[in-house]
Amino acid sequence: MNDSKGKCGAEASPQAGPVQLDLAELRETLRQKRGPEVWRSLEELAETPEFEELLHREFPRQASELTLAGVDGVSRRGFLQLAGASLALAGLTGCTKQPREAIVPYVKQPEYIIPGRPLFFATALTHMGYAQGVLAESHMGRPTKIEGNPEHPANLGATDVFAQAAVLTLYDPERSQSLLHNGRIATWGAFVADLGNRLRALQGLGGEGVRILTGNVTSPTFAAQMRDLLTRFPGARWHQWESAGNHHGRAAAQSAFGQPLETRYDFNAARVVVAIDSDVLTMGPGNVRYQRDFARNRRVRKDNLQMSRLYAVESVPTNTGTLADHRLPLPPAEVEAFTLALAQAVGAVPGGGDVLTDARARTFVQAIAQDLRANAGASIVAADEYASPAVQVLVHAINQALGNSGRTVFHTAPVEAQPMDQVASMRQLVADMNAGRVELLLMLGGVNPVYTAPADLNFAQALQKVPLRAHHGLFEDETSEYCHWHVPAAHELESWGDARSFDGTVSVIQPLIQPLYNGKTGHEIVAALFASRADANSYELVREHWQTLLVAGSGSTFEEAWRKVLHDGVVPATQLPPTGASVNGGAVQQAASQITASLQQARSQGNPQGNKITLRLRPDPTVWDGSLAQNVWLQELPKPLTKLTWDNALMIGPAAAERLGIAHEETVEVSWNGRKVQAAAWVQPGMAEGAAALSLGYGRRRAGRATGLGFNAYELRTSQALWNLAGAEIRGLGGRFDFASTQNHHVLPQGKRHSGMAADGKGEIPLAGSEAERRHLVMTRTVEEFRRDPETIKKSREEPEPDESLYPRWKYNGHAWGMAIDLNVCTGCSSCVIACQSENNIPVVGKEQVRRGREMHWIRVDRYYAGDMDDPRIHNQPIPCMHCEQAPCEVVCPVAATAHSDEGLNDMVYNRCVGTRYCSNNCPYKVRRFNFFRYSDKDTPVLAMLQNPDVTVRMRGVMEKCTYCVQRIEQAKIESKVDGKPIPPNSLQSACQQACPTQAIVFGDINDPEWEVTKWKSDPLNYGLLEMLNTRPRTTYLAKITNPNPALPDPNAAAGEERTQHGHD
Amino acid sequence: MATIDDGMREGVAAPLPKPYKPPVVAPGHTPGTVTDKISSVVLRRTPKWWYVGFGLSFMLLMLFLFSVTYLFAKGVGIWGINQPVGWGFDIINFVWWIGIGHAGTLISAILLLLRQEWRTSINRFAEAMTLFAVACAGMYPVLHLGRPWLAYWLFPYPNTMGMWPQFRSPLIWDVFAVSTYATVSALFWYVGLIPDLATLRDRARNRVMKVVYGFGAMGWRGSAAHWHNYETAYLLLAGLATPLVISVHTVVSFDFAVGQVPGWHATIFPPYFVAGAIYAGFAMVLTLAIPLRAAFNLEDFITTRHLQNMAKVMLATGLIVVYGYMAEIFFGWYSGNLYERFMLMNRATGPYQWHWFALLLCNAVVPQLLWFRRFRTSPFWLFLISMVVSVGMWLERFIIIVTSLHRDFLPSSWGLYKGTFWDWSTFIGTMGLFLSLIFLFIRFLPMISIFEMRTIVPAAGNTSEGSEYTTAPEQEPGIPTNPPTNPGAVP
Repeated sequence: MNDSKGKCGAEASPQAGPVQLDLAELRETLRQKRGPEVWRSLEELAETPEFEELLHREFPRQASELTLAGVDGVSRRGFLQLAGASLALAGLTGCTKQPREAIVPYVKQPEYIIPGRPLFFATALTHMGYAQGVLAESHMGRPTKIEGNPEHPANLGATDVFAQAAVLTLYDPERSQSLLHNGRIATWGAFVADLGNRLRALQGLGGEGVRILTGNVTSPTFAAQMRDLLTRFPGARWHQWESAGNHHGRAAAQSAFGQPLETRYDFNAARVVVAIDSDVLTMGPGNVRYQRDFARNRRVRKDNLQMSRLYAVESVPTNTGTLADHRLPLPPAEVEAFTLALAQAVGAVPGGGDVLTDARARTFVQAIAQDLRANAGASIVAADEYASPAVQVLVHAINQALGNSGRTVFHTAPVEAQPMDQVASMRQLVADMNAGRVELLLMLGGVNPVYTAPADLNFAQALQKVPLRAHHGLFEDETSEYCHWHVPAAHELESWGDARSFDGTVSVIQPLIQPLYNGKTGHEIVAALFASRADANSYELVREHWQTLLVAGSGSTFEEAWRKVLHDGVVPATQLPPTGASVNGGAVQQAASQITASLQQARSQGNPQGNKITLRLRPDPTVWDGSLAQNVWLQELPKPLTKLTWDNALMIGPAAAERLGIAHEETVEVSWNGRKVQAAAWVQPGMAEGAAALSLGYGRRRAGRATGLGFNAYELRTSQALWNLAGAEIRGLGGRFDFASTQNHHVLPQGKRHSGMAADGKGEIPLAGSEAERRHLVMTRTVEEFRRDPETIKKSREEPEPDESLYPRWKYNGHAWGMAIDLNVCTGCSSCVIACQSENNIPVVGKEQVRRGREMHWIRVDRYYAGDMDDPRIHNQPIPCMHCEQAPCEVVCPVAATAHSDEGLNDMVYNRCVGTRYCSNNCPYKVRRFNFFRYSDKDTPVLAMLQNPDVTVRMRGVMEKCTYCVQRIEQAKIESKVDGKPIPPNSLQSACQQACPTQAIVFGDINDPEWEVTKWKSDPLNYGLLEMLNTRPRTTYLAKITNPNPALPDPNAAAGEERTQHGHD
Repeated sequence: MATIDDGMREGVAAPLPKPYKPPVVAPGHTPGTVTDKISSVVLRRTPKWWYVGFGLSFMLLMLFLFSVTYLFAKGVGIWGINQPVGWGFDIINFVWWIGIGHAGTLISAILLLLRQEWRTSINRFAEAMTLFAVACAGMYPVLHLGRPWLAYWLFPYPNTMGMWPQFRSPLIWDVFAVSTYATVSALFWYVGLIPDLATLRDRARNRVMKVVYGFGAMGWRGSAAHWHNYETAYLLLAGLATPLVISVHTVVSFDFAVGQVPGWHATIFPPYFVAGAIYAGFAMVLTLAIPLRAAFNLEDFITTRHLQNMAKVMLATGLIVVYGYMAEIFFGWYSGNLYERFMLMNRATGPYQWHWFALLLCNAVVPQLLWFRRFRTSPFWLFLISMVVSVGMWLERFIIIVTSLHRDFLPSSWGLYKGTFWDWSTFIGTMGLFLSLIFLFIRFLPMISIFEMRTIVPAAGNTSEGSEYTTAPEQEPGIPTNPPTNPGAVP
């Protein structure tokens, strides 16, 4: 949103008031309340965490006051009085039911709150510990939508899918809602007392036997607390396990630089990018910023033909690969060989490139090396976490040899507060647990090792040998099941905290709402247990930490600095500076020989070998390592490329499927080193032969509604092989698994062995691809073709004459809203989809309904393959409503429920819709979505808080579709009316546009030449979808331009994309 | 046309000046025997098989009620419809039933105006069939709505919202076309029933039946004025119904032709749909007539000539339908339109190819047997062929609706469609409704027009074709309220 509307300063809701329950004070409070006010006050009182906690104590033997009178300062007498009060208020004890509340006006108007107007608060959300700066939209005290913080360097106003979906997790009715002791409801006081007792016993030993397990930690406050803890309890140990974390990257940095440095890229300055088995653009902590910077160099227009070049060499197709000018699928072992050959070719490693046997790969190496050398210092070679440490060391060496280090590639001090070899740390922890050396294990921040720990460690078994185990998380999960204590965590939108983003910038996390279920933060638990501050809340703890740091050298008072930090969402000058570290030559040599050795081994066994394949594990693009499995928006978000929802799949290339005799959707058994897991195959065009891929995060045993979805890749994942399982065996079981994919529902031949889908080209995906080609849905040109003939796209447009219609043309005197989407920079990351879902109260429908083709997303990202099954070109195309000038839906609606507005919107009037579905049948773009059932959950009270109050929650039987965020348009119009000024150009953004990391979507008034969208639409690259239908779509596309290397075969020609012949035939 | 039918018995009058046509009523009948025969079906004790048949139909009707109740409780999501395929069994069945509903009015009105006297034996139950089929069809547009309780919004009525329906939508045209057709068909049928209801009133022994038929007869006494008014009204209604036969299915075809989905957007649709409707309608009349004729020994009234004639109409309209298919294919190819061509290829080679081949077999190949008199005159074969045509016409609507929608413009949005249990139960349920109504009809109303049959029995002096109405039915002894002996007389 524009800034004028934007953030309002200050803290959202500091947790004020006493935390320790003082009975005398409570009684005093009660006494002071008189008359009709009393009941409301009691309810208010009952809402305080302290009181509710007391109400939970149904059984005297669990009431810690009787035995631990000293701890809470409550006497036996006091307890009995409270027990009486709890009887009197028995009706209020429910922990999920919201109390009945009278609506009364504010006596004192809270600052900034105007009913009907949202407030925006700058805060941060973390993913793998790394922060993304966000602006959270709050309606009357409830957060409803996440936007990126334009002032935060990690995202510059955009977001990824995880941040967009965070608000749903906040309101998830399946969040754990009460503190549990052995599965029964218990109190915070009892928890503190129980662990406190044990700690006091262990303190004598210096804390020996105390173990704390967390995920990645970047929070300066938490790190300081931990440091403090470790000085108080020198025998205690801090272990970390971030299952999908940066294990290989850390190891590679350790070996290349001697310290676990962080690698950061500046895509702004990169003219050539080589992604080696890497989804650098859409995965990892810096992805949102990287996408933005990368897109800047790809935005070709008639007056700007400069464009960077992207190569992708990968075994598993990625979003980055879909944008690549040249994409080379190679088996995993060959990718390593390729890296080595490239390192040799650019002179980073001595030796002369005979490592590669494949002629095509050799041509690639030569061409890429030449291109890289020509752009030395202005190129990036990037490898992902999922490449082996050896490959990453070589990549560091290549960047250094090219002089990229310090110009486009930076190495900074670690962002993590306490980097450690997490695999070793876990191994140590499990060994100690087995040896009985662990007395107390505290697992903080939702870490779920029973599910995510390497399978060879047998974590669950070892865990049971620990006498006292506590788990802290948003959900009850596989680990909490094994723990004595489970403490519900506060969501990041309900808690104070701080975190660093990928470049080190610190953000303060501020809450927008009081914890819904009295969740605690890690800060509070550590303070309560190890600093004897049971009453400390994270607000105080974070402030205390920054008390001196913020004012240092600024000259302002702490309050001023603090308010500014909260307002801006970033702590100034906390970005980590690049270090001048250089790569250790010995490590590079070692990496090179390691690759040569493993390559020899792989080749000596023959490649591909029988039914052997290299299984690549990856974090899931939507549910990540499983920690987001309960988020149904993410579950139903079609995964890039496969468009699968609600499951992961064993992705396997067409050639490998044929070699192994595995059909699409066939159930398979994957075995590796004696470990076995059952999965189902998904034949994925573009996968390299010799590779299969399975994502983490599924097959959960205890995850609420996500229980049992998909297949558990962790069962194969060991501490020796986190991402690369060479020599895995895949055996078809002949069964058939029902996947729910949103594109080409059930379209590959299923259940038949040796389907021959790839061989005879009769499979449905190739059919869809070739049809899409023929229909000019995604227009592609090379930048050279565009330079030669700027009208090239225009010539293949099939736009009818303007007046070819029975009906008169619409006249727009005021605004005329339109949208343009730049296909050249769309990575297919799908942030727009979740942003739209959150903004527009779009329900999820569940796997069964997706299987029946009834998903509700208003914007979807279509994926098309062109050319060869094994090495296709892959295109992404976001499709919102086209808001046609001559909309086929409008004329056929019998009740005028879909109508043309005087600003050119194709409005949908839910109240008027009777549900004939004729509009959807007649929509050539199939963007309309129908409520076949009552999909919106109106029965769960907490979910009512999630809904955007500006958007209707639809009932069953009505049609819905993209509105161009009409509520935002109306809001802007109201504001402009109030101000008496026209809507400033480019100040209005649709939700999809706002979330888009690459700014591929622009929206605005096409009647006004000042708006960006008008400029885009006048570009010769602009074209409409299915224009020959004379629908005159308001949403148009800018053609996808590639910048192929002339030294390499033209991938477009290889993909058979025809250029010259246009028109119907 | 056949000249001499070997299957006919001898004994008809002297050589005729024009080619011999077998009579429409078997020889030997007098007005009295006609009345006895037809009214006895209604007035005698209910045969046991009727209970069985009605019971089975009624069970299917209950299945329908059950399905509809569940539908209203849950929403149309219980059906197989989905994102690309927004219409499925609902509209397939709607078009199918409305097509069946064409034969009755065609037989009654158009053949009346064309003075085809053979229509007399079949028009009554063909009309009833029309009415019941239209009732089945008419329910689907309401059932298929996402919010069926708001179906009345499709009618133009003054309201506080100041909203009218959207008159550009073919669905609104449908509302008018189908409701008009239903109204006129019902009136036509009922007006035609009045003299027979009077006969039944007079013959009924049971007091209750007398009263009920009496109400229905609306005080018919058979006076010359009654007959005069009756004939005027009947002719007018016939005139009114005739264009409707053409218009209804034309308008129904607009539902598709006005849309721009490849496979829908075709100018051939109106005539092709009308022909298809008559085709399906005659098939259904035969499907019903053949067993009824056997069950009630009505071979004397529904003679082989009737069967032959209906078979010929089927053959003719079937050929028009085949022409429609060919035109569709030709234009798809000749237009050079990418989308049309893909649609045609997809029908022949896509996931629904077997439906398409089955359609061709049912609608284009099998009916060619009707060129042979052997098949035209064999009730067994005719029954079989007409069943096949009914299936074929259902498949035709399936092909038009489902295969066109399931793969339209954007390959990303392609999908598949499959009817669910509830699709089938609703469909079979409407068959239950249809059959229940048919059973009630044959039990309580004369399924063949008594008074019209009387006009054409040879004993009534009616020796050749020509108007049934120039000669009034003969007076029947013992029955007080009879048609006047002298139709020309003014009372």
